[in-house]
Amino acid sequence: MNLFNILKEIEKVDPEVHERMSPRRDAIKNITSFGSKVAVAALPLAFATIFKKAYGTTATTSVSTVLNFALQLEYLESYFYNQGMASTGLIAATDASVFATIQADENEHVTFLKSVLGSAAIPMPAIDLTAKGTFPNVLTDYTTFMAVANVFEDTGVRAYKGQAPNLIGNQTILTAALSIHAVEARHASAIRQIRASHGVNITPWITGSASISNDTGIAAANANYGAGASGYPAESNVMQGGIDVTKLASAYGSTTPYNVACEAFDEPLDMASVLTIVGPFFG
Amino acid sequence: MKTEPQESAGGNKIARRSFLRYAGVGAASVGLLSTAACHKDHGIGPSGTDIGVGDIGILNYAYALEQLEAAFYTQVILSPYSGMSSTELSYLTSIRDHEILHRNFLKAAIGSTAMINLTTDFSSINFSSRASVLGAAKTFEDLGVMAYNGAAYLFKDPNYLILASKIVSVEARHAALIRDLINPGSFAGSDVVASNGLNNSLTIAQVLPMANTYLKIKVSASNFGYVAY
Repeated sequence: MNLFNILKEIEKVDPEVHERMSPRRDAIKNITSFGSKVAVAALPLAFATIFKKAYGTTATTSVSTVLNFALQLEYLESYFYNQGMASTGLIAATDASVFATIQADENEHVTFLKSVLGSAAIPMPAIDLTAKGTFPNVLTDYTTFMAVANVFEDTGVRAYKGQAPNLIGNQTILTAALSIHAVEARHASAIRQIRASHGVNITPWITGSASISNDTGIAAANANYGAGASGYPAESNVMQGGIDVTKLASAYGSTTPYNVACEAFDEPLDMASVLTIVGPFFG
Repeated sequence: MKTEPQESAGGNKIARRSFLRYAGVGAASVGLLSTAACHKDHGIGPSGTDIGVGDIGILNYAYALEQLEAAFYTQVILSPYSGMSSTELSYLTSIRDHEILHRNFLKAAIGSTAMINLTTDFSSINFSSRASVLGAAKTFEDLGVMAYNGAAYLFKDPNYLILASKIVSVEARHAALIRDLINPGSFAGSDVVASNGLNNSLTIAQVLPMANTYLKIKVSASNFGYVAY
C-alpha cells in the first residue's frame, strides 16, 4: 500500500483530508521521541501533511525538495562510511568504533528520510568517492579518508542549516531536520577530534581568520567553507544579525577575538552551492 | 536587531520589527493575564523572570541558557579542576569564549527587551572535580542542543531561526567533545541520539525546570506552558 499516493489523490478532491483523518499536532507530535518503528509507521502521514500549506510560510522550496536534497547528501555519506568500513586496513583500529557509530547514524538518516518521503524519495544515485579523481586514495589512504569525512560532516551541517528557513513553522519536519543537523555536528566534532589525535592541527569547531574560512587544510574543499551563491557568507563570517560580533565584549576585554567570532557560529549554505560542491561525487 | 542582508524582505521587515517590538513589550501584560488566570503571583519579580512572548521570547529563552553556560565555563576556567590537562584547558577556554559570545550576542540582538541578568546557583557542582565539572558541562551542552531544536519550530522570523541554528550546531560540537572527554566514543550516545539517528529534542517546559536547578532567579515561560513556581 502506498499511503502517500492515496492521500495525495484524496487531497485533490478534499484538501482537508489530513486534518480530518488525523489532527496533525496530536497524532504525529514529537515523532522523534517515539521508537523508530512507531515513527516510521507514522511518517508517511506526517509527510503528507506538508501539502496542506498550513504553515503560513513564504518558503519557495517545497518540503519534498528539501528532504530529497537531504537524502542525496545522506546517500553520499552513508555510502562513504559503508565503503570505508568495508576497506580492510583503512581505518585505524582505535578509531573503528567511532566510525561505526557515524556509519550507523548515516544509514539511519537514509532510512528515516526514505520513510518520510515514501514514493517521492529519489533513488540512490551513482557515487564516485574519488570526486572525479580529486581524492584518488580516499579508500586506501587513512589521512585522505579522515579529511573527506571532516569535509562531508561540516558541509552536511551547513546544508541542513541552509534549509531550515524552508521548513519554518513545521514542527515535525523542521524538528527532525534540525535533529539530523545536530547529529552531523556531533560527527563533525568527533572526526575533527580524531584528525587532531593523528597530528592534524584542527579543533572540534570551525575556526578561521579574516582571510581564511577553511581550517581543514584541504585546499580542494575551499568552496565548502566559502560564501554561497545565494549570499550566505563564508564560515569566517563575523556579522550576525547585522551585528559585528567582534565588537562585543569577551573574557579578554571590550572586543572578541576574530577566531572566537568565527568559531561560535556555524554558517548555513544554500542548496545550489552545496549541490555544486558535491557534484563531482555523483555520476 | 537587523536582518541578514540576503534575507531582507523589503517593506515586510519594518512591519515585522514593529510587531516584534510590540510583542516584546507585551510580554509583561500577557504574563499578568496568565497570573490572574491561576490566582498565583508569579509575574516578573525579584526571584523569578519570564522569557516573554513570540520570537523575542524564544530568543530570551536561548539567552537564559547561554547566560547559564557562560557563567559555568567562566567559573571552570577561574578555578580549574585538579589534573586539568593543557589540552582540556585549551578546549574549555574556547568553549567559555563561545558561550560568552553567544550570551553577549543574544543580549545585543534582543536589545531593550532582553531578560535580566540571571544569578546562578552552582552549589551542586564541585569545581575541583573533573568528573563533576565535565558531568555538568555534558548536561548543559546536551540540554542546549535539545532546547534549541525543540523550540526552533516556534520561530516566525526565518532570520531568527537561522541565527539559532548557527548556534545550536556549535553547541552540538561542544557536546560531542565533552562527552568524548568523559567517555571516548560517546559523542552521539544513545541517551541523546535516538535509534533513528535523530538528536533528541525537548520542549521549553521540559528544559526550564532542569535549567532552573542551576539558577537562583527562576525562569518561567508562562506563554509556553511553564511557570517556575
